[in-house]
Amino acid sequence: MDIEEAVSRTGKGTFEARARAHRAADGGFSRLTAAAAALVLVLLGGVVAALVAGAAPALGRFGGGFLTSISWNPVTGQFGALPALAGTLITSAIAMLVAVPLSFGVTFFLTELCPHRLRRPIGTAIELLAAIPSIIYGIWGLFVLVPLMQAHVEPVLTRLLGPLPLIGALFQGAPYGIGLLTAGLVLAGMVLPYAATVMCDAFEQVPAAFRESAYALGCTRLEVVRAVVIPYSRRSIVGGVMLGLGRALGETMAVTFVIGNAHRLSASLLAPGTTIAATLANEFTEASGGLYTSALLALGLVLLGISLAVLATAKLMLRRDTPAGGRPR
Amino acid sequence: MTAPGSAGKIEVRGLRFYYGTFEALRGVDLAIPDRSVTAIIGPSGCGKSTLLRVFNRIYALYPGQRAHGTVLMDGTDILDDAVDVTRLRARVGMVFQKPTPFPMSIYDNIAFGMRLYERLGRADMDERVESALRKAGLWAEVKDKLRQSGLSLSGGQQQRLCIARAIAVRPEVILLDEPASALDPVSASHIENLVCELRRDYCIVIVTHNLQQAARTSDYTAFMFLGELVEFGHTDLVFTRPRDPRTQQYVTGRFG
Repeated sequence: MDIEEAVSRTGKGTFEARARAHRAADGGFSRLTAAAAALVLVLLGGVVAALVAGAAPALGRFGGGFLTSISWNPVTGQFGALPALAGTLITSAIAMLVAVPLSFGVTFFLTELCPHRLRRPIGTAIELLAAIPSIIYGIWGLFVLVPLMQAHVEPVLTRLLGPLPLIGALFQGAPYGIGLLTAGLVLAGMVLPYAATVMCDAFEQVPAAFRESAYALGCTRLEVVRAVVIPYSRRSIVGGVMLGLGRALGETMAVTFVIGNAHRLSASLLAPGTTIAATLANEFTEASGGLYTSALLALGLVLLGISLAVLATAKLMLRRDTPAGGRPR
Repeated sequence: MTAPGSAGKIEVRGLRFYYGTFEALRGVDLAIPDRSVTAIIGPSGCGKSTLLRVFNRIYALYPGQRAHGTVLMDGTDILDDAVDVTRLRARVGMVFQKPTPFPMSIYDNIAFGMRLYERLGRADMDERVESALRKAGLWAEVKDKLRQSGLSLSGGQQQRLCIARAIAVRPEVILLDEPASALDPVSASHIENLVCELRRDYCIVIVTHNLQQAARTSDYTAFMFLGELVEFGHTDLVFTRPRDPRTQQYVTGRFG
């Protein structure tokens, strides 16, 4: 070893000792970080194992029917996940349908149109929206949005869209105020800041030269965004949407306040329903008996499965996208 | 300053440019002739890129950047607020230091600009794309892979793609902002030859740090220093018999 030779030739043996100490510290540090990384795997594995073990009795009893049955009756011991599963997917879909175009609009305005002076205050306000605890969204939903929906929005929806073929079925029934639609809208409000913040950051990271070359061809702002900005920030946009979807799928408190918590499956978006997360939060304390608890854990396992599927889809979409478009070099 | 014996395609009169409160151009007067190559040279920060960015008003994207004075293009003042900047930019193409292919196929990169202004049939579009790629000297290399991403090309090819993209919309003026400085020597000489070829059809303005490149490619040379136009004339004269001592010092490599 050249270095060690050089060190010993200088006659300062302490160097070697110090070098050895450094190597030892380095090794210790790398073991420490490896342990931290391993802890993540252990935690994930532990959660999955616990859920599977807990859910096993219910899944063993109902089998695949657990996912397709609509009856949820603790008294008779019948448990089916379909209403909660459907409620979870429907409310999340409504949230994404509302929040994604909205956050795109916010992003477009902030990055391309907004006067410089207003950019910071509006951007900060959006970030603050993300900082509002979900319980506040729930209270706001129950005391402000629900009466509003009940008195003004839902009757109009029923009158205007109700008679239409196909989609009419989505807007039938009495205007309760609480229900899938209201829950979806509250979720949209919660998802918006996440999606918008990620998209804004992504839009701003597009190199100025690419923007300028599109403008230099005579593009309007919308054309620049469509042809250059969106393709370049596609990764982050998908990431932002998935982050939002993840939040919508798992959100508990705000949904519980406004969804009605009814294990019913209805074609109408105005009807009360429930989600997996809301069911778990509502019923865990009163779950008596092994099968009831096990059914709730099985619901949790289903939710985990959906979240993993969302994550996997996002990764797959990104991988397929990369070779064709990719990022600027 | 006017180049002897030619009418100006672009006439700059008393142009002052500000980044916030900093004055980057301090009263520039210049007449750039049509169908020729004009090189703008000068040390870093002298305002040569700034001047170029006035000609298509790309600076207007940024708040705080202002131009005062008159810039006539075919007799119309392009600094006038009434001028439609997207139309102006369709007449004035620009190519940047780093290649900026859009994340789409080679074909679509070229067709992109045309689609903004013209409704062309399939055959016409194909023809225009081919003609632009031929003019940019890229056709032979990409004709079998027009559907591939523009990002799959090498740096030099990407830059020629960007030139083809600019040519495709049939501009009158082409602005080149150090188009070869990020490229390897072979690709750079490709670009230089291309600039020489294109001079017959366009008014080309090229900003460059490379004095040999300016001498090789341009008909006229403008030397700028500290926001002022020091000297403008035939390239031969500017390089061999400069009138101003500062030009003399710069072209002989004594500063900059």
